[in-house]
Amino acid sequence: MVIYNHMVVGLLDEERADRVFRALADATRRDIVVRTLEGEHSVSALARNYPMSFAAVQKHVAVLEEAGLVTKERKGREQLVRGNVDTVRRAAQLLDALEAVWRARAERMSEILAEPNGGTT
Amino acid sequence: MTVTNVHKDPDQLTMAITVELDATVERAWQLWADPRQLERWWGPPGYPATFVDHDLTVGSRITYFMTSPEGDKYYGWWEVLAVDGPRRLEVKDGFGDDTGQPNDDLPTGTMVVTLDERDGRTEMVITSHFPSLQTMEQVLEMGQEEGMVQAIGQIEGILADTPST
Repeated sequence: MVIYNHMVVGLLDEERADRVFRALADATRRDIVVRTLEGEHSVSALARNYPMSFAAVQKHVAVLEEAGLVTKERKGREQLVRGNVDTVRRAAQLLDALEAVWRARAERMSEILAEPNGGTT
Repeated sequence: MTVTNVHKDPDQLTMAITVELDATVERAWQLWADPRQLERWWGPPGYPATFVDHDLTVGSRITYFMTSPEGDKYYGWWEVLAVDGPRRLEVKDGFGDDTGQPNDDLPTGTMVVTLDERDGRTEMVITSHFPSLQTMEQVLEMGQEEGMVQAIGQIEGILADTPST
Protein backbone atom coordinates (compact mmCIF):
# COMPACT_ATOMS: atom_id res chain seq x y z
CA MET A 1 0.00 0.00 0.00
CA VAL A 2 2.84 2.37 0.59
CA ILE A 3 5.49 1.11 -1.78
CA TYR A 4 3.19 1.29 -4.76
CA ASN A 5 0.91 4.06 -5.78
CA HIS A 6 -2.56 2.75 -6.43
CA MET A 7 -3.48 5.49 -8.82
CA VAL A 8 -0.50 4.88 -11.05
CA VAL A 9 0.15 1.18 -11.10
CA GLY A 10 -3.16 -0.16 -9.82
CA LEU A 11 -3.67 -2.44 -6.90
CA LEU A 12 -1.14 -5.14 -6.42
CA ASP A 13 -2.71 -8.47 -5.85
CA GLU A 14 -2.06 -9.86 -2.43
CA GLU A 15 0.42 -12.50 -3.49
CA ARG A 16 2.45 -10.00 -5.47
CA ALA A 17 2.43 -7.48 -2.61
CA ASP A 18 3.59 -10.24 -0.33
CA ARG A 19 6.53 -11.02 -2.59
CA VAL A 20 7.43 -7.35 -2.94
CA PHE A 21 7.41 -6.72 0.80
CA ARG A 22 9.31 -9.88 1.57
CA ALA A 23 11.88 -8.96 -1.05
CA LEU A 24 12.32 -5.48 0.44
CA ALA A 25 12.48 -6.69 4.03
CA ASP A 26 16.21 -7.37 3.61
CA ALA A 27 18.80 -4.57 3.72
CA THR A 28 21.05 -6.14 1.05
CA ARG A 29 18.14 -6.55 -1.32
CA ARG A 30 17.01 -2.97 -0.76
CA ASP A 31 20.53 -1.85 -1.54
CA ILE A 32 20.58 -3.94 -4.73
CA VAL A 33 17.31 -2.33 -5.82
CA VAL A 34 18.67 1.16 -5.22
CA ARG A 35 21.91 0.41 -7.09
CA THR A 36 20.25 -1.23 -10.06
CA LEU A 37 17.71 1.58 -10.37
CA GLU A 38 20.61 3.90 -10.97
CA GLY A 39 22.09 1.70 -13.70
CA GLU A 40 22.76 -1.80 -14.88
CA HIS A 41 25.11 -3.90 -12.75
CA SER A 42 26.43 -7.39 -13.30
CA VAL A 43 25.80 -9.86 -10.51
CA SER A 44 29.54 -10.14 -9.95
CA ALA A 45 29.89 -6.35 -9.70
CA LEU A 46 27.05 -6.28 -7.18
CA ALA A 47 28.62 -9.12 -5.23
CA ARG A 48 31.75 -7.06 -4.62
CA ASN A 49 29.69 -4.65 -2.49
CA TYR A 50 28.65 -7.16 0.12
CA PRO A 51 30.52 -9.38 2.56
CA MET A 52 28.93 -12.53 1.19
CA SER A 53 29.45 -15.07 -1.53
CA PHE A 54 28.57 -14.59 -5.18
CA ALA A 55 26.00 -17.36 -4.80
CA ALA A 56 24.33 -15.57 -1.88
CA VAL A 57 24.05 -12.35 -3.89
CA GLN A 58 22.73 -14.31 -6.83
CA LYS A 59 20.04 -15.70 -4.55
CA HIS A 60 19.07 -12.19 -3.41
CA VAL A 61 18.82 -11.11 -7.04
CA ALA A 62 16.57 -14.08 -7.77
CA VAL A 63 14.21 -13.06 -4.95
CA LEU A 64 14.06 -9.53 -6.35
CA GLU A 65 13.49 -10.84 -9.84
CA GLU A 66 10.62 -12.99 -8.65
CA ALA A 67 9.06 -9.93 -7.01
CA GLY A 68 9.37 -8.06 -10.29
CA LEU A 69 11.68 -5.47 -8.76
CA VAL A 70 14.60 -6.19 -11.07
CA THR A 71 15.14 -7.81 -14.44
CA LYS A 72 18.08 -10.00 -15.38
CA GLU A 73 19.65 -10.32 -18.79
CA ARG A 74 22.43 -12.61 -19.87
CA LYS A 75 25.22 -10.98 -21.83
CA GLY A 76 28.01 -13.37 -22.63
CA ARG A 77 29.24 -14.71 -19.32
CA GLU A 78 27.74 -11.82 -17.39
CA GLN A 79 24.28 -11.53 -15.92
CA LEU A 80 23.16 -7.93 -15.97
CA VAL A 81 20.66 -6.75 -13.39
CA ARG A 82 18.51 -3.70 -13.85
CA GLY A 83 15.91 -2.08 -11.63
CA ASN A 84 12.56 -2.69 -13.27
CA VAL A 85 10.68 0.57 -13.38
CA ASP A 86 9.80 3.09 -16.01
CA THR A 87 10.05 6.76 -15.22
CA VAL A 88 6.53 7.36 -14.02
CA ARG A 89 6.50 4.29 -11.89
CA ARG A 90 9.84 5.29 -10.49
CA ALA A 91 8.47 8.68 -9.59
CA ALA A 92 5.51 6.98 -8.00
CA GLN A 93 7.77 4.75 -5.96
CA LEU A 94 9.84 7.69 -4.85
CA LEU A 95 6.71 9.54 -3.85
CA ASP A 96 5.66 6.47 -1.93
CA ALA A 97 8.97 6.40 -0.13
CA LEU A 98 8.51 10.09 0.63
CA GLU A 99 5.02 9.38 1.91
CA ALA A 100 6.40 6.76 4.26
CA VAL A 101 9.04 9.20 5.50
CA TRP A 102 6.38 11.80 6.28
CA ARG A 103 3.98 9.30 7.82
CA ALA A 104 6.75 8.36 10.21
CA ARG A 105 7.47 12.02 10.94
CA ALA A 106 3.77 12.72 11.56
CA GLU A 107 3.72 9.81 13.98
CA ARG A 108 6.69 11.26 15.85
CA MET A 109 5.06 14.71 15.93
CA SER A 110 1.95 13.20 17.50
CA GLU A 111 4.02 11.39 20.08
CA ILE A 112 5.78 14.60 21.07
CA LEU A 113 2.46 16.43 21.42
CA ALA A 114 1.03 13.59 23.50
CA GLU A 115 3.74 13.82 26.15
CA PRO A 116 2.55 14.81 29.65
CA ASN A 117 4.15 18.25 29.43
CA GLY A 118 2.96 18.64 25.85
CA GLY A 119 6.49 18.08 24.62
CA THR A 120 7.59 21.57 25.49
CA THR A 121 11.23 21.99 26.24
CA MET B 1 -5.02 8.17 12.00
CA THR B 2 -2.50 10.98 12.20
CA VAL B 3 -2.19 11.22 8.41
CA THR B 4 -5.61 11.96 6.99
CA ASN B 5 -4.80 12.54 3.34
CA VAL B 6 -1.96 12.05 0.88
CA HIS B 7 -1.99 13.44 -2.60
CA LYS B 8 0.77 12.40 -4.93
CA ASP B 9 1.29 13.68 -8.42
CA PRO B 10 4.10 11.79 -10.15
CA ASP B 11 3.94 13.98 -13.24
CA GLN B 12 4.37 17.16 -11.23
CA LEU B 13 6.74 15.46 -8.77
CA THR B 14 4.66 16.83 -5.93
CA MET B 15 3.30 15.31 -2.77
CA ALA B 16 0.93 16.89 -0.28
CA ILE B 17 0.40 15.12 3.01
CA THR B 18 -2.26 16.19 5.52
CA VAL B 19 -1.56 15.51 9.16
CA GLU B 20 -4.10 15.97 11.94
CA LEU B 21 -2.58 16.81 15.28
CA ASP B 22 -4.19 16.93 18.69
CA ALA B 23 -2.90 20.38 19.57
CA THR B 24 -3.56 24.04 18.96
CA VAL B 25 -2.04 25.70 15.91
CA GLU B 26 0.34 27.61 18.19
CA ARG B 27 1.53 24.44 19.86
CA ALA B 28 1.89 22.54 16.57
CA TRP B 29 3.90 25.42 15.11
CA GLN B 30 6.47 24.84 17.83
CA LEU B 31 7.27 21.49 16.21
CA TRP B 32 8.88 23.59 13.46
CA ALA B 33 9.82 26.72 15.35
CA ASP B 34 11.65 25.08 18.24
CA PRO B 35 14.78 23.37 16.87
CA ARG B 36 14.96 21.01 19.84
CA GLN B 37 11.48 19.71 19.02
CA LEU B 38 12.21 19.64 15.30
CA GLU B 39 15.25 17.46 15.97
CA ARG B 40 13.07 14.92 17.69
CA TRP B 41 10.92 14.17 14.67
CA TRP B 42 12.86 15.16 11.55
CA GLY B 43 15.33 12.31 11.39
CA PRO B 44 14.36 8.66 11.23
CA PRO B 45 15.16 6.41 14.21
CA GLY B 46 18.89 5.80 14.23
CA TYR B 47 19.58 8.98 12.23
CA PRO B 48 19.15 11.81 14.73
CA ALA B 49 18.96 15.31 13.30
CA THR B 50 20.93 18.23 14.69
CA PHE B 51 19.98 21.76 13.69
CA VAL B 52 23.13 23.84 13.75
CA ASP B 53 21.36 27.15 13.21
CA HIS B 54 17.67 27.78 13.06
CA ASP B 55 16.25 31.21 12.42
CA LEU B 56 12.79 31.26 10.90
CA THR B 57 13.01 34.62 9.16
CA VAL B 58 12.78 35.24 5.44
CA GLY B 59 16.12 34.82 3.71
CA SER B 60 17.77 32.97 6.54
CA ARG B 61 19.66 29.75 5.93
CA ILE B 62 19.02 26.86 8.29
CA THR B 63 21.65 24.13 8.49
CA TYR B 64 21.14 20.68 9.87
CA PHE B 65 22.82 17.31 9.72
CA MET B 66 21.75 13.79 10.35
CA THR B 67 24.13 11.32 11.93
CA SER B 68 24.07 7.74 10.70
CA PRO B 69 24.57 4.78 13.06
CA GLU B 70 28.11 4.60 11.62
CA GLY B 71 28.72 8.19 12.64
CA ASP B 72 28.60 9.69 9.14
CA LYS B 73 27.08 13.14 8.92
CA TYR B 74 24.72 14.15 6.14
CA TYR B 75 24.18 17.86 5.84
CA GLY B 76 21.07 19.59 4.58
CA TRP B 77 19.86 23.14 4.55
CA TRP B 78 16.69 25.15 4.22
CA GLU B 79 16.39 28.66 2.95
CA VAL B 80 13.36 30.40 4.36
CA LEU B 81 11.28 31.79 1.48
CA ALA B 82 8.23 32.87 3.46
CA VAL B 83 7.16 32.65 7.07
CA ASP B 84 3.88 33.59 8.72
CA GLY B 85 3.88 31.92 12.13
CA PRO B 86 1.97 29.99 13.28
CA ARG B 87 0.20 29.42 9.97
CA ARG B 88 2.68 29.04 7.16
CA LEU B 89 6.29 28.24 6.35
CA GLU B 90 7.87 27.95 2.95
CA VAL B 91 11.42 26.80 2.46
CA LYS B 92 13.78 25.82 -0.30
CA ASP B 93 15.68 22.71 0.72
CA GLY B 94 18.95 21.32 -0.48
CA PHE B 95 22.08 19.49 0.50
CA GLY B 96 25.38 20.45 1.93
CA ASP B 97 28.89 19.14 1.48
CA ASP B 98 30.74 17.30 4.25
CA THR B 99 31.42 20.53 6.10
CA GLY B 100 27.82 21.72 5.93
CA GLN B 101 28.35 24.31 3.22
CA PRO B 102 25.48 24.35 0.73
CA ASN B 103 26.31 22.35 -2.36
CA ASP B 104 24.99 24.44 -5.20
CA ASP B 105 25.69 21.71 -7.74
CA LEU B 106 22.83 19.74 -6.30
CA PRO B 107 19.35 20.82 -7.28
CA THR B 108 16.91 21.95 -4.63
CA GLY B 109 13.28 21.28 -3.84
CA THR B 110 10.67 23.30 -2.03
CA MET B 111 8.51 22.54 0.96
CA VAL B 112 5.42 24.45 2.03
CA VAL B 113 3.87 23.87 5.45
CA THR B 114 0.46 25.25 6.39
CA LEU B 115 -1.35 24.95 9.71
CA ASP B 116 -5.07 25.46 10.17
CA GLU B 117 -7.39 25.02 13.10
CA ARG B 118 -10.01 22.36 12.70
CA ASP B 119 -12.37 21.63 15.62
CA GLY B 120 -9.76 22.56 18.19
CA ARG B 121 -7.14 20.44 16.48
CA THR B 122 -4.54 21.35 13.92
CA GLU B 123 -4.54 20.32 10.31
CA MET B 124 -1.01 20.52 8.98
CA VAL B 125 -0.40 20.18 5.26
CA ILE B 126 3.14 19.62 4.01
CA THR B 127 3.61 20.01 0.27
CA SER B 128 6.92 18.89 -1.22
CA HIS B 129 7.87 19.68 -4.75
CA PHE B 130 10.91 18.52 -6.68
CA PRO B 131 12.28 19.96 -9.91
CA SER B 132 13.49 16.56 -11.16
CA LEU B 133 13.47 12.87 -10.44
CA GLN B 134 17.15 13.14 -9.64
CA THR B 135 16.47 15.64 -6.88
CA MET B 136 13.83 13.44 -5.46
CA GLU B 137 16.19 10.52 -5.38
CA GLN B 138 18.77 12.57 -3.55
CA VAL B 139 16.24 13.82 -1.04
CA LEU B 140 15.06 10.32 -0.41
CA GLU B 141 18.46 8.73 -0.19
CA MET B 142 18.50 9.25 3.56
CA GLY B 143 14.85 8.65 4.17
CA GLN B 144 14.38 5.75 1.84
CA GLU B 145 15.57 3.12 4.21
CA GLU B 146 13.10 4.33 6.77
CA GLY B 147 10.44 4.47 4.08
CA MET B 148 10.84 0.83 3.32
CA VAL B 149 11.04 -0.25 6.92
CA GLN B 150 8.10 1.91 7.84
CA ALA B 151 6.04 0.55 4.96
CA ILE B 152 6.67 -2.97 6.12
CA GLY B 153 5.96 -1.99 9.71
CA GLN B 154 2.64 -0.52 8.69
CA ILE B 155 1.60 -3.63 6.83
CA GLU B 156 2.54 -5.74 9.81
CA GLY B 157 0.65 -3.41 12.12
CA ILE B 158 -2.46 -3.60 10.00
CA LEU B 159 -2.25 -7.36 9.81
CA ALA B 160 -1.83 -7.65 13.56
CA ASP B 161 -4.62 -5.08 14.00
CA THR B 162 -2.94 -3.57 17.02
CA PRO B 163 -1.97 0.04 17.57
CA SER B 164 1.70 0.57 16.89
CA THR B 165 2.36 2.49 20.11
